[in-house]
Amino acid sequence: MKRVVITGAGTINALGHNVSETFSAMKDGRCGIGPLDVRDVDRLAIKIGGQVRGFESEGLFNRQQIALYDRFTQFALVAAREAIGQAGLSFSGDLAARCGVVLGTSGGGMQTLDENYRSVYEDGKNRVHPFVVPKLMNNAAASHISMEFNLKGPSFTVATACASSNHAMSQAFQLVRAGAAPVMITGGAESMLCFGGIKAWEGLRVMSKDACRPFSANRNGMVQGEGAGVFVFEEYDHARARGAEILAEVVGFAMTSDASDIVMPSKQGAARAIAGALADGRINTEEVGYINAHGTGTAANDKTECAAVADVFGQHADELMISSTKSMHGHLIGGTGAVELLACIMALRDGVIAPTIGYEEPDPECALDVVPNEAREAKVDVALSNAFAFGGLNAVIALRKV
Amino acid sequence: MSVKDKVIEIIAEQAVLDPSDVTMDSTLEDLGIDSLGLVESIFAIEEAFDISVPFNANDPSDSDFDISSVASIVAGIDKLIADQS
Repeated sequence: MKRVVITGAGTINALGHNVSETFSAMKDGRCGIGPLDVRDVDRLAIKIGGQVRGFESEGLFNRQQIALYDRFTQFALVAAREAIGQAGLSFSGDLAARCGVVLGTSGGGMQTLDENYRSVYEDGKNRVHPFVVPKLMNNAAASHISMEFNLKGPSFTVATACASSNHAMSQAFQLVRAGAAPVMITGGAESMLCFGGIKAWEGLRVMSKDACRPFSANRNGMVQGEGAGVFVFEEYDHARARGAEILAEVVGFAMTSDASDIVMPSKQGAARAIAGALADGRINTEEVGYINAHGTGTAANDKTECAAVADVFGQHADELMISSTKSMHGHLIGGTGAVELLACIMALRDGVIAPTIGYEEPDPECALDVVPNEAREAKVDVALSNAFAFGGLNAVIALRKV
Repeated sequence: MSVKDKVIEIIAEQAVLDPSDVTMDSTLEDLGIDSLGLVESIFAIEEAFDISVPFNANDPSDSDFDISSVASIVAGIDKLIADQS
């Protein structure tokens, strides 16, 4: 078994167009959620979201690339460039042949679907652009990263709704740990903030019209976000040999399935995933200082998640910190675990715990230290990132300070 | 704008060239237009002239539409406009 470390990180999300902007927003407890700027917003009941602002494709991509890349692919490439640039890796020869990319996404090219359904259904057009399929397919982002960086090894896309990124990063972790690949590019991307994407979520009636307030007694639902997070997972000796800066070590993960309900979360399924990640990483419960919660801000998730954490950690549940950064960047659905892993890296490296903002009233069913409203300085050795998806598919990743 | 000029404009844009660099005897290969660029050009031509081009990307040589040069494409479009108007 190889040790696996993170040697590069990149992101674009509602809090910033790179990791340092995102860290700084998380430290300030800044909210990236605001009024949605999408077509036909007046026909939406939900008019807020964690949208990426000021994103200009021009300058980042040429005209042909812009025609071929859905917004989620553009986000993934921006994040991958930052991560691989930080890692200082270039892929050629045998290294290229062995390294790949595993990304999570739930909706894939939703902007492309939305625009083209509008064109054929609403506008009555009978001809669509030839790039519709290559733009909307879920693996488009992973494929374009493989092409831009010459990654010729195991590459695929994982779709497990809100746990997609965590499942994807778990696959990358396994490939590197098993010695199958010295380096894997991994994370996730999502861009569902379009009329159809938001309208679909409205149907479930779990969306907040005003704010995402995880763990707060007056929470009233989730808020969607968009963006990407991409990381370089590298075999420890490979990273050391080239003198790479190590951001954190990936030490454990676990996946479970509730096998019970298509939308309602299960305490047992979540607890088994958390406990499984600890066992996989040979982590004592007392070592865990921080958990980046799934923390969607729905009534069901937050109380179930807190109960699962209490079950697994016992008394230590009252000593660890657990926050939901979705309060700031929104729920990136298939990309969310990747952006949230950044909060774990920030906790381990910078000793700053990202807060749960918008916290107004304690909820006795969420009676943990949720780091309300203001970031906190703390020394953390081990951090977990939870993701519990619709469909009852759970994935938890454990990082350790190096 | 004539059919010829419009076709050259579409092809030049696809090839990221100035229209003056596209001649009637240029082939798409000369201009560096790949298979995806070709279907995108066909789409742009269909949109510009509101015609349907009988082009099958599975086997372009078997299509009832000659893409061997800019001149053949322009001639094919002239015929389609006449037939479909």
